[in-house]
Amino acid sequence: MAPLVEVQGLEKRFSVGGAWLSGRRRVIHAVDGVSFTIERGEVLGLVGESGCGKTTTGRLILRLIEPSAGRIRFEGHDLMALSPPRLWATRQRMQIVFQDPFASLNPRMRVGSIIAEPLAIYERAGATERRRQVSELLDVVGLDPAFAERYPHELSGGQRQRIGIAAALALRPSLIVADEPVSALDVSVQAQVLNLLMDLRRRFGLTYLFISHDLHVVLHMSDRVAVMYLGEIVEIGPRDALYHAPRHPYTQGLLSAAPVADPTLRRERIVPKGEVASPLAVPSGCRFHPRCPFVFARCRVERPRLRKLGAGHEAACHLNDRA
Amino acid sequence: MALLSVEGLRTHFATSAGAVRAVDGVSFAIARGEVLGLVGESGCGKSVTSLSIMRLVPPPGRIVAGRIRLEGDNLLDKDAEAMRRVRGARIAMVFQEPMTSLNPVFTIGDQIAAAVLAHEGGRRRAAWDRAVEMLDHVQMPSPGERARDYPHQLSGGLRQRAMIALALAPGPQLLIADEPTTALDVTIQAQILDLLRRLQAERGMAVLLITHDLGVVAELCHRVAIIYAGRIVEMAPVARIFEEPLHPYTRGLLRCLPHPSRFGQPLSSIEGAPPDLRGADAGCRFAPRCPLAIASCRRDEPVLAERRPGHFVACPVVSV
Repeated sequence: MAPLVEVQGLEKRFSVGGAWLSGRRRVIHAVDGVSFTIERGEVLGLVGESGCGKTTTGRLILRLIEPSAGRIRFEGHDLMALSPPRLWATRQRMQIVFQDPFASLNPRMRVGSIIAEPLAIYERAGATERRRQVSELLDVVGLDPAFAERYPHELSGGQRQRIGIAAALALRPSLIVADEPVSALDVSVQAQVLNLLMDLRRRFGLTYLFISHDLHVVLHMSDRVAVMYLGEIVEIGPRDALYHAPRHPYTQGLLSAAPVADPTLRRERIVPKGEVASPLAVPSGCRFHPRCPFVFARCRVERPRLRKLGAGHEAACHLNDRA
Repeated sequence: MALLSVEGLRTHFATSAGAVRAVDGVSFAIARGEVLGLVGESGCGKSVTSLSIMRLVPPPGRIVAGRIRLEGDNLLDKDAEAMRRVRGARIAMVFQEPMTSLNPVFTIGDQIAAAVLAHEGGRRRAAWDRAVEMLDHVQMPSPGERARDYPHQLSGGLRQRAMIALALAPGPQLLIADEPTTALDVTIQAQILDLLRRLQAERGMAVLLITHDLGVVAELCHRVAIIYAGRIVEMAPVARIFEEPLHPYTRGLLRCLPHPSRFGQPLSSIEGAPPDLRGADAGCRFAPRCPLAIASCRRDEPVLAERRPGHFVACPVVSV
């Protein structure tokens, strides 16, 4: 069977306003040639630091923002070629859970209406049936059906995130893009929401694109992980291969920089130097070369491509040609 | 004698619905040159504790009981002018958001030079040179040029370095760092943690690190105090907390975190939510969520007791 999601050469350019009056505009390549697939029932993790393009990628594959180039296939259909009514119909099967449960829920709506809204928009059910489904969805995300009568401000962060998940599930999607779904939560609540997402995946056969800046959370949740840097995927592979045998210096840097609450697991420090380059002045050759501890001449001139290194494991680094 | 000792600190916030007991009987001490982590989740009282030490608790908050001694002097007895001389010179503070400390309309060099002049006097030229030296000390790239930058011209990581340079310029004995790396990307966080570790060791400065992140604690601290609902529940050398946590809350927190040996397996979580801090509740504040709770836990307030050398736990039930 074809993968649920197939992304080929995805690009997004934003033009940013140049100086006032001069009118010169400059282009940021937020996502620059990203390709990956997600199998049905799989969790693909997308990890990287601020500005690497992970959130933009998540929104592009839902066509919440329009790609500048590239192809997206969902359930075998070319999303870019769908007519507006077909796209509208297809969107029921792809949903998103946002980071900030304080900003993503309408404060004037009761929880029941928030969850029922997608059902009403798609005319899936009459009012009585919608109420029944809202109760069921609240139960599915571990909340009492009485929550339907409450307003978002009465709820804790974890409860709100459960509401966001219930609303995403209402239309029985096959794909959920989870964009930093636990980043705003305390660790004890974060664990509850991660467990819920894992449990829902099993119960409903869901497929996730799980986006986070937190490498350990991504490793915990994902079957495969893609690491992004300055708009590109620099490494992608099965979770264990990526954790135990990372093949890109940036992945190695992320692994050694992420603090672990276990002093016995401390890795050799290979923290990338300096800071991420501005997306307005992308470095030549390998975009990571100014920060890379292993940089050599070729890195400055030639842009490395993703290269197959093992079962499903690819990295874009010239070092792998030397080995 | 400890550099700083906090004894029985209670800081409450008056609200129309009763006093919120944000910090409710916190005691700990920091030795010279020691790094103590104060760890807990949102609303546990960790930041209010640090603001209490600086006597900067915003109204309607008020320190209602306790003593805070810096080299023996009780800071709570000092008048506003004397307290002003403590802040900056003897205890400095850095925050999550550098713009809470940095003034957007002055260059960072001017701000650091002004701090040097205020605390040490001397000539402007010498103060500027000290500012550039401080920026170099925090590994600011091209410090002489960056000193002429305004805060908005710097990236988040460089602003954090500028704030640290500003805080350390007067040579404080104690640095309070309140979530200093929380807003930063992980590779920049690692650089700032390495910097703090180096500066702390070179200057023999004590640090009180306020954080929600046990990973950051493992990287930087010598000892750690775990705080829950306004009270310290466990305090121990850092290795002990990770090897053998004793308090049920600490154990729960550590098991909530994804761990390489358990990737993909369900995480433990702590059921329920922290208590409402209003009103007088008897007993252990963690009891309603605690798997070990027995009847007396809801009645008697647990005492933070030394159950092993250097390892303090506020739980009479757990066996050690």
